Parts: sequence; C-alpha cells; structure tokens
Amino acid sequence: MVAGIVSYGGYVPRYRITPKEIGNVWGVDGEAMGRSLGITAKSVPSPDEDVITISVEAARACLRKVDVAPTDIGAIYVGSESHPYAVKPTATVVAEAIGSTPVMTAADFEFACKAGTAAIQACMGLTLSDMIKYGMAVGSDTSQGAPGDALEFSASAGGAALLIGKENLIAEINHTVSYTTDTPDFWRREGQQYPSHGGRFTGEPAYFKHVMSCAKLLMEKAKSKPEDYNYAVFHQPNGKFPVKVGRTLGFEDKQLDAGMLVRSIGNTYSGAVLLGLCSILDRAVPGDRIFMVGYGSGAGSDAFDITVTSNIKKLKHAETIEEMTRDAKFLDYGTYAKFRGKLRMRGD
Amino acid sequence: MRGVAIIGVGETQFGELWDRSFRDLGIEAGLKAIEDAHIRAEDIDALYIGNMSAGKFIEQEHVSAIVADYAGLADSHLPTTRVEGGGACGALALLQAYAAIASGLHDIVVVGGAEKMTDVGEVKAAEILSATADQEWETVFGATFPALYAIMARRHMYEYGTTREQLAAVAVKNHRHGALNPVAQYQKEITMEMVLNAGMVADPLGVFDCAPLSDGAAAIVMCSLDRARKFCETPVELIASGQASDTIALHDRRDLTTMDATVVAGKRAFHRAGLTPADVDVAEVHDNFTISEIMAIEDLRFVKKGQGGPATEDGETALNSKISVNTSGGLKARGQPVGATGVAQAIEIVRQLRGEGGKRQVTDAEVGLTHTLGGTGATAVVHIFRRVR
Amino acid sequence: MATPRFWREIPSRYNLIGTKCGSCGTLDFPPRAVCPKCGRKSVGKMMKQKLSGIGTIISYTIVYDAPSSFDLLKPYVLAVIELKEGARLTSQIINVEPGDVKIGMRVEAVFRKLGQEGEAGILQYGYKFKPVTGQGKSPATA
Repeated sequence: MVAGIVSYGGYVPRYRITPKEIGNVWGVDGEAMGRSLGITAKSVPSPDEDVITISVEAARACLRKVDVAPTDIGAIYVGSESHPYAVKPTATVVAEAIGSTPVMTAADFEFACKAGTAAIQACMGLTLSDMIKYGMAVGSDTSQGAPGDALEFSASAGGAALLIGKENLIAEINHTVSYTTDTPDFWRREGQQYPSHGGRFTGEPAYFKHVMSCAKLLMEKAKSKPEDYNYAVFHQPNGKFPVKVGRTLGFEDKQLDAGMLVRSIGNTYSGAVLLGLCSILDRAVPGDRIFMVGYGSGAGSDAFDITVTSNIKKLKHAETIEEMTRDAKFLDYGTYAKFRGKLRMRGD
Repeated sequence: MRGVAIIGVGETQFGELWDRSFRDLGIEAGLKAIEDAHIRAEDIDALYIGNMSAGKFIEQEHVSAIVADYAGLADSHLPTTRVEGGGACGALALLQAYAAIASGLHDIVVVGGAEKMTDVGEVKAAEILSATADQEWETVFGATFPALYAIMARRHMYEYGTTREQLAAVAVKNHRHGALNPVAQYQKEITMEMVLNAGMVADPLGVFDCAPLSDGAAAIVMCSLDRARKFCETPVELIASGQASDTIALHDRRDLTTMDATVVAGKRAFHRAGLTPADVDVAEVHDNFTISEIMAIEDLRFVKKGQGGPATEDGETALNSKISVNTSGGLKARGQPVGATGVAQAIEIVRQLRGEGGKRQVTDAEVGLTHTLGGTGATAVVHIFRRVR
Repeated sequence: MATPRFWREIPSRYNLIGTKCGSCGTLDFPPRAVCPKCGRKSVGKMMKQKLSGIGTIISYTIVYDAPSSFDLLKPYVLAVIELKEGARLTSQIINVEPGDVKIGMRVEAVFRKLGQEGEAGILQYGYKFKPVTGQGKSPATA
C-alpha cells in the first residue's frame, strides 16, 4: 500500500514587483540583480493577505478538484516561516474554513522553506498507519527580506496544499527520504521582523550539500537515474540554484522548466517546491514520474519520487497555476512598501 | 388624544464649538426654549433628550439627568429620559413628548436634542456615526456611513439616471438657504463646481455631498393645545407623527433606492393629519448626504419616484418655490449635531409657521413637515405641524 | 470588535453559512431565527445552509475616507452583492481596478483578512469577493 496525492491546489497573490523597481530605490542595478537571480518578478501579497488566507485559498483550490468530504480530512499541517501568529495555529483557521473541524488534528510546522514537505511526510505516516483517512499538507509563506537586503529581490508570497491519502491517488509517492544537519545558514530570531542569512554560506555548505545529498539518497533508494523522470523540481530560492543542482545531478533543463515558478513569482519559501509540483501536475499525464527535493535552511532536505496515475484525468477542471499567475498587477516600490508593512504608521 | 402644541423653541449656534461642553450646549438651548415659552422651571413635568452617542463622543452616558441637573432642575426630581434611534433620536424624543402630552400623562414637557461631536477626531467621529449601521455585517466588511449612502446613490443613478450635478444641486441649494440662517454652521454659498471638484469620500459622494460633524443643541417646550395660548401668542400644533422601521442592514432592503421606512412613516403621518404631500409648504428633510434629500422628497411623495434629481436641479425645492425644502440649510449647511437634528428641524418649521423665518421666510407657510432618519433608513420619523389660527 | 463577538460568527464569515426557512424555502444571510416572510411559522424550522459564494453586484462605491484600520486598502470597492440563492450581503470587491467595477458584474467569494484587534490582538478573517475569472480584468500595468 502506498500513500500519495489525492488532490492539489495552489495560490499566488495577484501583485508583483520587479527587481528593477526594487533596485531603483536602493541604488542597485536591479535588472542585473534580477538576471543573476534568474527572477523577472516576485509576487507580493495584498495587505489583506497573509499565510492564513493563502493557505485557505490553496486548501480550497485543492478540494475544488475532488469530491472529498472535508470531515474525512483527519489532519491538517501548515508549514510556513511567516505564520501570522507566533502563538495560535494557522492550521485551525484552514480547518475551519474548509469545514474539517472538529474531529481532526491540526498543527503548524516550521522548518524554513521545507516545512511544507515535512507536512507531506507527516500526513503520509498518519495515512499509512491508518490513523487518518486523508491528511492535508500545506506549505505557504509571505516571506520578507529586510529593505535593501539581497533577499528583498526574491522573497515572495504563495502557497500550495496537497491532499494526502491512500485511495483515489492522482499520484503515488513511491519513495521519500530526508537529509538533516544543524547548519545555520538562514534564521529569524523570535521578535525580529526580518530574517538574517549567512550570505554565500547559504550556498555550498547549506543548499547544495543538503539538496544534492538528499537527491542522491532518493535515487539510491529508488534505484533510479535522472532520465527515469519526466519532471524534476527542486527548492528554488532563486532561478539559479535549482538549475545548477539539477544539471549537476544529470537532469536536463526541459525536465526542470515546468516547475520553475521562481522565475516569474520569486521565492515563495515553504510554498516554492509545492507550487512547482502543482504546476507540473497541471500538465502531467498518467505515468509521468516526478523527482522533487525540498530544502529548508537550518538545514534539511526532503526528497520525493512520485508517479502520476490515470486518476489525474478525473480531477475536476480548475484554474491552473499558470492561469492564476497570468492576471498580475505590478506595483511601484512605495505601494509595495505600504502593502508589506514597511512603513511606520501612526499607532491608534 | 388631545392636541399638542409647541410653545417655545431655542437652539445654540451649530458648528465646531471648541469652548463649549455638552452640558453648556444642552443648558443654553433649554433655557432659551423655556424663556421663549414664558414658563417657569416648576411648570415642567418631564424632560426627553435625544442623543445618539454621548457614550462614544464624550464617554458619558445618562445625559438626560445631567441636562436636568445643570439646568438647575435637580430639586424638581423631574422624570428625564434619553431617547436613541441613530440619527432620528431628536425626532423620536419629540414623538415621546407628543405621546406623553396627547395621552394626558404630562402637561408641559421639554424636549432637548444635543450632540458634542468634535471632542473626538474626524476619523473617530465617522466611525461612531457608522455604528448606526449593522456593525456585524456591514462595518466589519469596510462599510462606512458615506459608503452605504454612496451605494444608494450609485443605484439611484443606475435606475433613474440621476446625475452628479443633481446631487450637487442639493448641496448648493442648502448652502444658499444656510447663508440666511444665523445659527447655521456654514453661512456661505457654494457653487456647483465646488461640489463637483471636491475630493471623493465614497464615490459618487464627495466632501460637499456630506453633512459636517457638528456640536449643537436644540430644545422645544410643548404643552396641550388647549393651554398653548396661555403661554404663547403664536403656538404651532404638532398635528401628527409617523414612525417606521426597516432592516438594519442596507443590503436587506427591498429596494436600495427607496427608503420604505420613510414611505411608511410619511403615509402614517399624512393619514393621521388628514393631509396630503401637496398640502405641505415647508419641509425639513434628513439630508445627511445629498442623495438622502433626493430620496426623501421622492419617498415622501413630494415628487414622483426618480424625479428627485431633476426636481432639485430645476429649483422646485428651493425657498418659496413649489415646496421649500430645508430652508434652515438642512443638515448639510445648518450642521449635524446628530441628537439635535430632529429637534432643530422642528424648530425651523415652528419659526416658519410663526412667520419668524426672516430672510428665509416661506410666504404664508401653513403646514410644515420634518423627516428624520436613523442609520441608513432603518428608522424614519415624520412630524407634521400646522400654524394655529 | 471583541474576540468572542467575532469568533461567534466565524461559520458565516468563513463559509457563508446562512439559514433556509423550512416553511417557505427562503434563504437568509446571515442566519436568522425567524423568517422575515413566514414569521412565527418558521420558528424552529430555520435550517443552516452554506451559500454558494457566487453572486452579482447590485450597487457599489469606491471608499476613499475610511477608518484608520482600512488605511492600507484605500481606495477600496464596497458593494452590495446578491448571491445566486437570493440573499444579499455587503462586501469588498478585490482583485479589480475600481474603475472596472460595474453593476451586474459577477463575483465570487474569497478568503481574506478583514481586520485585527490592534497590533497585539486577534486577526479577523472572512469573505471578500472578486470578479468571476474571465471578466472585468484590466491589463497588467508595468
């Protein structure tokens, strides 16, 4: 018996800002910055959007595609590094908003950008052990870079939800492995508004070491090679890292392109690899095999070997990620700063 | 039921009265009315105070007792009652007094209306005003008071072709009238261009489409009609009242362009008075927004439904035209101290029927009407007055 | 708005739970204990029902002056919407340029933050509406 994906749904806010616009404010060549990051724009949440609303929209998009009773969802885990509350779960709001309460369990996960993939694994365990029928794993973020920091060019907003179960699978999760160490490449202390990072330390000893190691572990376990997969999606903090890691492992660019949402919406952190997977599932056909590796600073990777089943054809038609990201509205930096709470307002 | 007459009136200046407190205003209006009625303090049987939100504006509830106390009436141990019904509270206080006298419960009653709105900032004041709409299902979702009236205005434009210019004509006319009223907050004429070019508050309503925030108080002394001549040479009879309610939320109304509460309150009042809209010479209607006056003159049947805009634009509601509407300047120019509104409207009608209208006197005014709204039309009160020959 | 007061209405604010009169079938939003059409006959027969969240704009305004809690959203569109089940409600219209909003526009409910009880207080969520995909969009502006 395998666990897998019963349905999926993503959400990306409507607003965008370009690296050029950000660079203009900070005296940086934003266009060059965008080119070096491989990002043309990043998504920006409206003032009335946060991880809770994005998670709810993603969860609802996920349920719209299938006829699953929300009360059959026994667990909801929301992974994020930007939960609106420090204490009080995002997951309970999602549960209430999709009608899964009250006989169920819920919790928020945090593991930088890989809290969503950790939630998938938790849901797999609960369904495979028959503790629950379905579990919902959400990865969602409205991440902030400090004004003027390099992160500001890429930190964006979005999220995705996967319904995990054992029956009516649109995609089977054949294998999953994780690779975890204590590597402080990126962090945010309690009470700090913006995260800190180790600059180039986030690369070789952090992202690349963990993603590469985890990917290799998965291929060992699955006895597979890059050419066995139709698609591959890696955590994408920018447009360069996942391409570099993919090429090093032996994947071709055409296997990567479908999941490379980072290029047009930036780094959605906990949402990134899941939104990439959603975008792949939007175009996948039965039999397609997907290689997915998430990464979270701090640090760890979760890798998944996934095979699409014929049930994917039975999903109800819904807006694709590509359609959703088409209706974009570009902001100037002033409006962006207002939307993101970067302006000090008068207290009332 | 016995007849009821108004034998004395008094009001304060309306406006931003920084040096005056709620108590100061209430006492001034009350003393002026008592003086005008030639009664003594010990003649008063009861006091009704219309006040919308002293609790939020000045953090003071129980204002009926305060007004009696500071008017020097504490030792009389008068029955005092505060009446609340959103913007209609002054008109409702008047109705309570009317009922008390008509029924024989009391003989001489003072009705006051007062609001002190400028002790809080404009943004806070606007929030307080919006509390007369549905807090759970309107304001939580971003509805402001002007926004709800703007939604009515937009629909009125959509259904009847009402124009921004026609809305603006209400403000221009009422400022023209207000310029002739020495207690008005704005005694200054404005032009159509000023109204149309003003900043938007809630599209299609701009700054000049909205009545201001004001401080002020108004008071009336009433007694049974048979005793009126004893105190007053020119009593005015309150011949009928009509009151009606409707859904608290605008979205639940049958029709966004008609205030059914106004329609029903008007019908009830006219029926009781044995009069028709055509009999009315002068009317004070609730123009908290320009669209409100257009809907009011339609819903009171002064004009046909949908004709409020053109009628106003054509001057049919100007001083000494077909029907003189808001000769005081209305809420728009006289000012809008909410609790005082219904009482101040009645005072204007009394002055007109007494022939004391000065430069804004309506020629041979016999019958006058007041129309007051609470919320977005969840409450409407209509009073009809006649000169006593 | 105090925490319990908002919390009490979560089913309707999150999921558009209204009531259906067991006597005449009329749908009301928010839930009512008494049907405005049937009066006493309906008492005890009002059944909870989830509404579709699909509706049409009956009228609207663009709000420029608003309480400070709406400062970041100004100007915003506020509309009276008729749901396809017949019940009406007041909500913001988002994901649209204010100038593109029209009476008769078809809209659908989405989940958004409505407000918060100050900087340290609870966050309040509920419905807003956006144009049904495929109409009322303005081209992206750069």
